[in-house]
Amino acid sequence: MYRISVSPHIHSKDNIATIMWTVVIALIPALLASIYFFGPRAFWLEMASVITAVVTEAISQKLLGRKITIYDGSAVITGLLVAFNMPPNVPFYVPIVATFFAIGIVKQLFGGLGYNIFNPALAGRVFVMFAWLPAMTTWNQPLDPKWLANFSLFKFNIDTVTTATPLAIVKAKGTSELISQFGTKINLYKDLFIGKCGGCIGETSALAILIGALFLFARRIISWHIPLSYIGTVFILTFISGQDPIFHLLAGGLFLGAFFMATDYVTTPVTKKGMIIFGIGCGLITVLLRLKGGPPEGVSFSILFMNALSPLIDRLVKQKVFGVKK
Amino acid sequence: MNKLDEFTKGIIKENPIFVIMLGLCPTLAVSTKAIYGIGMGAAVIFVLTGSNVIISLIKNFIPDKVRIPSYIVVIATFVTTVDYFMKAYTPELHKALGIFIPLIVVNCIILGRAEAFASKNSVIDSFLDGVGMGVGFTLALTLIATIREILGAGTITLKLLNYGWVFEIKNFNPMIIMILPPGAFITIGLLLGFFNSLKTKKE
Amino acid sequence: MQHYLIIIISAAFINNFVLSRFLGLCPFIGVSKRLDSALGMGMAVIFVLTLASIITYIINQYLLLPYNLEFLRTVSFILVIATLVQFVEMVIQKTSPPLYDALGIYLPLITTNCAVLGAAFLNINEKFNLLESAVNGFGAGVGFTIALIFMASIREKLEVAKIPENFKGAPITFIIAGILSLIFLCFKGIIAE
Repeated sequence: MYRISVSPHIHSKDNIATIMWTVVIALIPALLASIYFFGPRAFWLEMASVITAVVTEAISQKLLGRKITIYDGSAVITGLLVAFNMPPNVPFYVPIVATFFAIGIVKQLFGGLGYNIFNPALAGRVFVMFAWLPAMTTWNQPLDPKWLANFSLFKFNIDTVTTATPLAIVKAKGTSELISQFGTKINLYKDLFIGKCGGCIGETSALAILIGALFLFARRIISWHIPLSYIGTVFILTFISGQDPIFHLLAGGLFLGAFFMATDYVTTPVTKKGMIIFGIGCGLITVLLRLKGGPPEGVSFSILFMNALSPLIDRLVKQKVFGVKK
Repeated sequence: MNKLDEFTKGIIKENPIFVIMLGLCPTLAVSTKAIYGIGMGAAVIFVLTGSNVIISLIKNFIPDKVRIPSYIVVIATFVTTVDYFMKAYTPELHKALGIFIPLIVVNCIILGRAEAFASKNSVIDSFLDGVGMGVGFTLALTLIATIREILGAGTITLKLLNYGWVFEIKNFNPMIIMILPPGAFITIGLLLGFFNSLKTKKE
Repeated sequence: MQHYLIIIISAAFINNFVLSRFLGLCPFIGVSKRLDSALGMGMAVIFVLTLASIITYIINQYLLLPYNLEFLRTVSFILVIATLVQFVEMVIQKTSPPLYDALGIYLPLITTNCAVLGAAFLNINEKFNLLESAVNGFGAGVGFTIALIFMASIREKLEVAKIPENFKGAPITFIIAGILSLIFLCFKGIIAE
């Protein structure tokens, strides 16, 4: 065994909390964007997730005889990320179950913070996606006035116009159809960048996510290796296969995944070389799933797949680094 | 061990699925409806008991070198019998259980009991052992199947050949994933952990 | 060529024998604790699966069907597989004693590995010809090995994790398998058959 200490390789409790809450701050632009585009319901989805996350963590830590660490912010992050992966009109039990699964099983059962193999938010998202597929694949128009007009905590289903995500439109009807829906190509890019399109509440606004990511880079919380290799691979592969690479960068959950989920220390390789391999692998699988059918969005699956591969990547890369052949 | 113990040990203390952990493949594959659990369990009881009895009867006549292949032939005969029987009389169940009916022949429980028990004990004890293990297997399998069916389809199906009942939960949006493979793995993982905690609490 | 590639990808990813079809679970839970034994087991299974698929096809095609002996399918298949595994065991013992020791009891247990017999039956259900059966068996073995490698590397990493005592071993392994199975579901939509 090469591992002597467990990631995150941090030496004091305060550091963990500082990092986690910094990430929460970085997620605020996307939070605001979600409320801007999808109304107060988005906020309540996020609240429901965060509360479930914190409560689940407290209860499971109590049951397992561990110290309760809900104030370190890591549960809050998971709750927010799960909510960001929800379509706007999803019934409230969906993110609640997703978060419960994410924290209770994927995180705490595996040993708690630092020991989980899989990204909890993504595992939770994928779990409920196959539990309630129709609810998880119905999207609604952003900026529909009905979001504001019909809001009430007790009216769970708001009657707005459904729409398809840009990725789905391209898959079903081709790029020209998509462009005609948005007007011009430049309009398409602009709208996708700001977030004015169908999708999950936290993933649509590339701009909001970028702002948060830049904040994290400035704070040295994340490094460029994974996001760059991930996004770069997607860009190159979609370009080679004759697709529009800029569209692919801005569409779907790529930015959210590449900057906030594929950069989670615990579930990704430790070495720089390993990180780049991780990013490339994610890019490969994302493009494969996007182009060759399968689920509506490949980002979650690619990251989870590479999570599963990370222990192996660490093992192989470290062997080479120390020059020891087993 | 008295005769009652021979029978009951297979149900809790040495439950084939939750304690010894054999016969997992059919357990996970088939546990999507309660009736499938019962059906597969019945087939296994038949094969296990039958082969235990026969092997116990002929144990003194088999040369040691060919004992495993001869056990396999005995077991396979019973499996083929139950396979054709179900094909003829319960076609819907036969179709649902699919290749896992002939796969009973490699169900480690059966060969395991033949080797560990029937080859060394009396016919009556082997009979009881077979029935007990088979019943324990059936109970465990049906438990898993019921959980998965309730969560994954909102129903409990106890209907075969138009006899029986199907219970349905109203106003419930089922979690389809529970009747898909991941649901099987997660259910048995959680159940195993739960039963382990019951065991440690007892000690 | 593409047709055979589809069969392999189908058996290895889209309908992975372990994570999707529930075949080969006992060795999967039992041999997945260490990466090197997992790799050795995987190689042995690929070899046995491919060879068994070929031999059972031949028996079915030239012996059972022409003489209306289908009811002997289960018996003949399992006896053939048991013999094959004995043979493979002897070969490994001669050529690589350390591997033989590492695999221990799990080598003869390949006989009761439902994956081998299961593949044989599946080949018949799909009405594959000889080459298709062999390729399918090969792909199934590859899928089994991939799942095993995932599982072994994850379990090795989890050695230092604070998993609750009641869940250590089999329970957490099943939950890992569940999440892996969840991930592999994404491959379902890929090749429309």
